[in-house]
Amino acid sequence: MERRLKLQKEAEPEWARRISEHPGCEGVFSCLQCGACSGTCPLSIYMDFGPRRIIGLVREGFRTTALSSETIWLCASCYSCAVHCPRKIHVTDIMYTLKREAIEAKLYPRRLPIPVLAQEFYRAVRSRGKNPELWVVLRMALKSHPLILLSMIHTGWALLRTGRLSLHSEHSDGIAEIKRYLDLREVA
Amino acid sequence: MAPYCYFPGCSLRGTGIAYEESLLEVFRLLHLPIEELRDWNCCGATSYMSIDEGSACVLSARNLALAHKGHYRDIVAPCSACYLVLRKTQDYVERYPRIGRRVEESLGPGRLRVLNEVRVRHPLEVLYTDVGLAKIKAHAVRQWPGGKVACYYGCQMVRPYADGDPDHNPVRMDELMHAAGVPTVDFPLKTRCCGGTLTGTMPPVGLRLNEILLAEAHHRGADAMVTVCPLCQYNLDAYQADLRRRSKTFSEMPVFFFTQILGWALGSDPARLGLKRAISGRKQIAQWFPKQRAEVAAHV
Repeated sequence: MERRLKLQKEAEPEWARRISEHPGCEGVFSCLQCGACSGTCPLSIYMDFGPRRIIGLVREGFRTTALSSETIWLCASCYSCAVHCPRKIHVTDIMYTLKREAIEAKLYPRRLPIPVLAQEFYRAVRSRGKNPELWVVLRMALKSHPLILLSMIHTGWALLRTGRLSLHSEHSDGIAEIKRYLDLREVA
Repeated sequence: MAPYCYFPGCSLRGTGIAYEESLLEVFRLLHLPIEELRDWNCCGATSYMSIDEGSACVLSARNLALAHKGHYRDIVAPCSACYLVLRKTQDYVERYPRIGRRVEESLGPGRLRVLNEVRVRHPLEVLYTDVGLAKIKAHAVRQWPGGKVACYYGCQMVRPYADGDPDHNPVRMDELMHAAGVPTVDFPLKTRCCGGTLTGTMPPVGLRLNEILLAEAHHRGADAMVTVCPLCQYNLDAYQADLRRRSKTFSEMPVFFFTQILGWALGSDPARLGLKRAISGRKQIAQWFPKQRAEVAAHV
């Protein structure tokens, strides 16, 4: 792995402080860097940094490095780190906060389908109030790697023949109210 | 007895439909009244939380408020993601004023406090606590034909909002299985993550996580796996053909919902348990439940 020289001068400590004010992120500065989180994480071996180093990057204020990492998107939120942390840091919630910041700053890695799925899911729920599984997966594939669809044919067929693929997309009956509730964000 | 409020969530209407079928059947057999929440909406799961936390809590708060309005005491969420997000919303509106304000803006003034008056329950915990092992044992009329099972709890039902069951070593599903006369194997990976949506977004990573779970269960002598979450069941069930293609030593096994097994033990008509919806281990299923054979064949 190539390592680039990182200058402390480029760090944004003010950003780190702002992150620590988000729900669940209050513990970020009390991290011991013990590595219990990365040790228990079933996905850390596939990550570019792993949870321990992400927390290190965040509290030093290396915003761009943390937000453009793949690590935050590989987190499947199993909360193993959060319950193992000796300082009771909600590592999973820190990952969520970084995902939101990465989307807002458009820093998420473009080649990863995971942030695409999150955004498609978000859009579908906002417009229907429910998650049409098939629709969300199709849009995720078309917008990231359309070739993924080829590998999905087999599973799709298996789901179809066992009656597990809902082809019509259901709307929540309360969709008007849901839209009103969610749109308050733009006003606030 | 006040009826339980059923919150299906999106998966129990699609990939996890067998969970809904078997869950409602088990509640019927045990005479537990249960009604579906009217006008419910998606819980937001992990994805919505990754984009907008405040609105994610609004989505769940709306479901909780609807349950309260319907005079329900317990809202039963079978999907682990729904269960977690509902619990998290109750926790967050109390702990973080910023989230509380955002939710109150939508629900209306003074509506915040009702959210914590409804209890969020997982059906595993309802059957364990409200029904109890003794009653399950007394009602178990049929012998399990399927050999030993590995109980897989997954992550979001036990962490971080575990209800009395230890977050890395829960035992309640094992105890329910024993009460129903179903033998289990020791399965230490019981709360190791199945990868969630990674099977779809990053197949090499997601499939590997499931291969680890299935191989471990097999080597510990399990003939089937049992789950409590639609996403875990889907991940473990739907990709076994891919795993078999990759590894010659991989052996296929059925992956059940715990309610399918309980339903069988309680004497349900097998056709009402959604057994025909299995993707993997269909041969074993046809063998174990011969009456189902014709039906299984019709779906191949």
